[in-house]
Amino acid sequence: MIEVKAVSTVNNQATAIRKKTGSINYAKWGYIFLIPFFLVYIVFSLVPLVSVFYYSFFENYMSGLTQIGPNFVGFKNYGTLLESNIGKYFGNTILIWVLGFIPQIFISLLLASWFTNLRLRLRATGMFKTIIYLPNLIMASAFAMLFFVLFSDAGPMNDILVHLGILEKPYRFMSEVAGTRGLIIAMNFLLWFGNTTILLMAGIMGIDTSLIEAAEIDGAKPAQVFWLITMPLLKPIFVYVLITSLIGGLQLFDVPQILTNGGGNPDRTSTTLIMLLNNHLYSKNYGLGGALSVMLLVISGVLSFVVYDTLTREQRKQRKERKLQRGGAGR
Amino acid sequence: MNTIKKTLALFLTLAMLVSLAACAPTEEAAAEGDEQGKVLNIYCWNEEFKSRFTDYFETPGLVPDGVEVKFIITPNQDNAYQNALDEALLNQENAAADDKIDIFLIEADYALKYVDTDYALDVVNDIGLTEADLADQYQYTRDIVTDGSGKQKGTTWQATPGLFAYRRSIANDVLGTDDPMKVQEALANWDKFDTVASEAAAKGYKMLSGYDDSFRTFTNNVSQSWVDANNKIVIDPNIMRWVDQTKSYTDKNYNNKTTLWAPEWAADQGPSGKVFGFFYSTWGINFTLLGNSLATPEAEGGKAEVGNGIFGDYAVCQGPENYYWGGTWICAAAGTDNTELVRDIMYTLTCDPATMKQITVDTQDYTNNISAMNELASSDFKSDFLGGQNHIALFAEAAPKIDMSNISPYDQAMTEQFRIAFKDYFDGKVTREQALENFYTAVIEKHPELTK
Amino acid sequence: MNQNDAARLQLRLTRTACYIILILISAMCLFSFYVLIINSTRSHPDIQKGFAFLPGGSFGYNLQNLLANENLPVVKAIFNSLFVSGSTALITTYFSALTAYAIHAYDFRFKRAAFAFIMMIMMVPAQVTALGFVRLIGTFNLMDTFLPLILPSAASPIVFFFMKQYMEATLPIEIVEAARIDGSNEFRTFNLIVLPIMKPAIAVQGIFTFVTAWNNYFVPSLILKSAENKTVPLLIAQLRNADFLKFDMGQVYMMITIAIVPVVIVYLLLSRYIIRGITLGSVKG
Repeated sequence: MIEVKAVSTVNNQATAIRKKTGSINYAKWGYIFLIPFFLVYIVFSLVPLVSVFYYSFFENYMSGLTQIGPNFVGFKNYGTLLESNIGKYFGNTILIWVLGFIPQIFISLLLASWFTNLRLRLRATGMFKTIIYLPNLIMASAFAMLFFVLFSDAGPMNDILVHLGILEKPYRFMSEVAGTRGLIIAMNFLLWFGNTTILLMAGIMGIDTSLIEAAEIDGAKPAQVFWLITMPLLKPIFVYVLITSLIGGLQLFDVPQILTNGGGNPDRTSTTLIMLLNNHLYSKNYGLGGALSVMLLVISGVLSFVVYDTLTREQRKQRKERKLQRGGAGR
Repeated sequence: MNTIKKTLALFLTLAMLVSLAACAPTEEAAAEGDEQGKVLNIYCWNEEFKSRFTDYFETPGLVPDGVEVKFIITPNQDNAYQNALDEALLNQENAAADDKIDIFLIEADYALKYVDTDYALDVVNDIGLTEADLADQYQYTRDIVTDGSGKQKGTTWQATPGLFAYRRSIANDVLGTDDPMKVQEALANWDKFDTVASEAAAKGYKMLSGYDDSFRTFTNNVSQSWVDANNKIVIDPNIMRWVDQTKSYTDKNYNNKTTLWAPEWAADQGPSGKVFGFFYSTWGINFTLLGNSLATPEAEGGKAEVGNGIFGDYAVCQGPENYYWGGTWICAAAGTDNTELVRDIMYTLTCDPATMKQITVDTQDYTNNISAMNELASSDFKSDFLGGQNHIALFAEAAPKIDMSNISPYDQAMTEQFRIAFKDYFDGKVTREQALENFYTAVIEKHPELTK
Repeated sequence: MNQNDAARLQLRLTRTACYIILILISAMCLFSFYVLIINSTRSHPDIQKGFAFLPGGSFGYNLQNLLANENLPVVKAIFNSLFVSGSTALITTYFSALTAYAIHAYDFRFKRAAFAFIMMIMMVPAQVTALGFVRLIGTFNLMDTFLPLILPSAASPIVFFFMKQYMEATLPIEIVEAARIDGSNEFRTFNLIVLPIMKPAIAVQGIFTFVTAWNNYFVPSLILKSAENKTVPLLIAQLRNADFLKFDMGQVYMMITIAIVPVVIVYLLLSRYIIRGITLGSVKG
């Protein structure tokens, strides 16, 4: 308890010092340390990025090896996209992400808390930690190839399900909307939950154990420790997981592309936004492709901002409350 | 510590400068005249041509001294081959002489995308092959790489005529005969084919394995290309006949609802299969179908002989319509500084009867030389796999009848997207109208210049 | 006493439940590896016809064929991939941490703007800039070299974001203040004091970047041209693209299986750093 208080006071003092002196003495170092990132970014990525914005206002693509355009068309590309089925593809993408993310974050949090739980003292966690990350090591394309074979109409999964009497006749996974989306969600889950678990674990590992020990000495139950100490301190990492998962979800491509052979079947219900982008880029259509990218950027930007702002605001508030409570209890 | 930072910054700056300096336009090497380049760059997507080149051109010592042959292999996955090739072709003018593409390979589905441009050289007027050299090639292999003004801009060592490979045992059960002549008579056109399909179904067999088995046979026999002069997409009636046939086969259980290259499709070709036959071309019969027919694969000590699986139970006939499947064409890139060597390669590998006959003898691949192939066809060649049939004779008969004058530069996207869109219709997931709509959407996404 | 027993029993029950769930999840994860390994022991026609639960007898045959293929320098490709992925992981983690430290530890005028900019570019889908990037590399004359695959990773917004979040959670500024009082200069402080505290984060992101780079196909496929420069995914794609005479799924699966071994080793090496106590030790020491 005493230690906790000490740390937070030091923290406050440090912040105060930083605010007073930091800007005067050390600001230039901030700039210097940013140079490599910005230099590399400007040289290698800024030109392509700026041209994305620029060309979204042009008709600009390749017809075979012949360049068409660029002809300025204003917002026509954006109009074309809005008139097309883009809402449907946005819906597909979000649905697949949400249905995949909920179980993923649940399982990952559960596992991460088990692996780091001092009282539970599970054996062989090293082995389990390794195993859950293994699927991520397989290339997404190879992984989709495996699922394609496993869940084919006469494949082993159908054999097992029919044999056990769960199904009457083989379920044609790749010909059904639920089957195809389900496989994509399952694959994404398997590919990424180990990744998420490790991130959360690293976050938990970074938390000062003395805080947890202190709470335990005070008689806090594991669940209380987790929700009242671990989770709030884990929040920055949790925000990271949520935002990157959201961005990754909006950029979902490999798995559905390979599983459906680029078609997004059935009836384009598993076509994601990036698959659409990929189709446009087939003819190097930087007009429509650029417009789509800009829209995607705006969507992910807005969503991420909302998530970031909501979560960090709550976090700030909670921190304050906790400090007040602790201060009261201490006296 | 500052020094490290500075060194790093310096290093980065230097890297930029060096790269910028290096990209300054190099002097155009004298490609004209007698001066021939020292590096031959070949763009391709797999090792097939490299094997042919090594065995029949390099090993016999035909590569001039001091010339280095470089194969730049970019696999097709994610359209990477065409992306890499396009980037290189568009940059051809600025590239240093030794970095310019000399030869690139293409497939029929997108041949015209390159053939219809100045990036591919005329094999007669620019490269120096003669009309007589080319006369012995099958006409369809020349049509595929002939541009709008009648110039042939590529050449191939392969011809890939397709046949219908059927199971002798099933034909005996359904038709009372396994004789290729009689079976051909029973399958001579699509109406007869449909009749046999219903008879086969009555006996518990499937006529075809999946949705796209007969697709090529229909798309190779269209009376117009996929796109008209106004860039409007046209769907030929013969392609809609495929839709009708496949839908009716699916609803009547005449097929197994598989797709090309799916595990069920390959399994249907093996010992447990109950499918009457498969549309396959040269390579497909000698390699894929043969491999799938065995119970114990050759890699595990199985022998390719009667008694292992259904080896010997297949036979081939021409089927209802002529078609081809596969093939790789060699093109010479504008700007090459190795025209003489390119001519020699094209001549030796695609025009020289002796070499081409040898390729067929060595690899069983069917080659693009009418007289060499006719010679083999009239020999007493027998395929044990096909129950002693001389299938070369059938290939030789079918190949000249293939008509590929109606291809378009868009065939790759068209055929791919059409099959994907109509799979949903056959599966009963969308209406025919919706399938067509999805097809148009997908194709126009890939080729914005086209209209519905 | 009784209460203690009950607590112990409850702990034991919880533990058992944990094990059951962990074993189920592990089985799910290992199953795909089982399929991969089984397929690498089967012959091409067998694989084409579907999956079998029992191994085939073609392991030696597939391995021999794969290694005998002179157009597929497998060993060279693994070294290429190790080099590219290793350098990428080093550069990405180091510079992302540095960039994050700049935003976390200093106050300067354009700090918020810089942060907002990096967050924004994090959302740019990679596909859209890929072809433009390749064209740029062409004009830099860096085609068929490893540099364009490695150097750009110094600007990795996603890794930066993680590092920044991690610092927020674990790096108290008083450590930096203490170092300043001791007379350490800023660059030295970062390298000798901040980086060790960041070890778990660096290990985690090191693994992730390594794996992503290891499995990267699209951009390398457009940049690397000569056979001796190719990385593992390019060889796998090349195997899958083989002509009918050579097309052999047995070799494809063998190659995929082989390609996983080095990544597993790197993972095992790095994951040792994700252990409890580093932060604590550093703060107290």
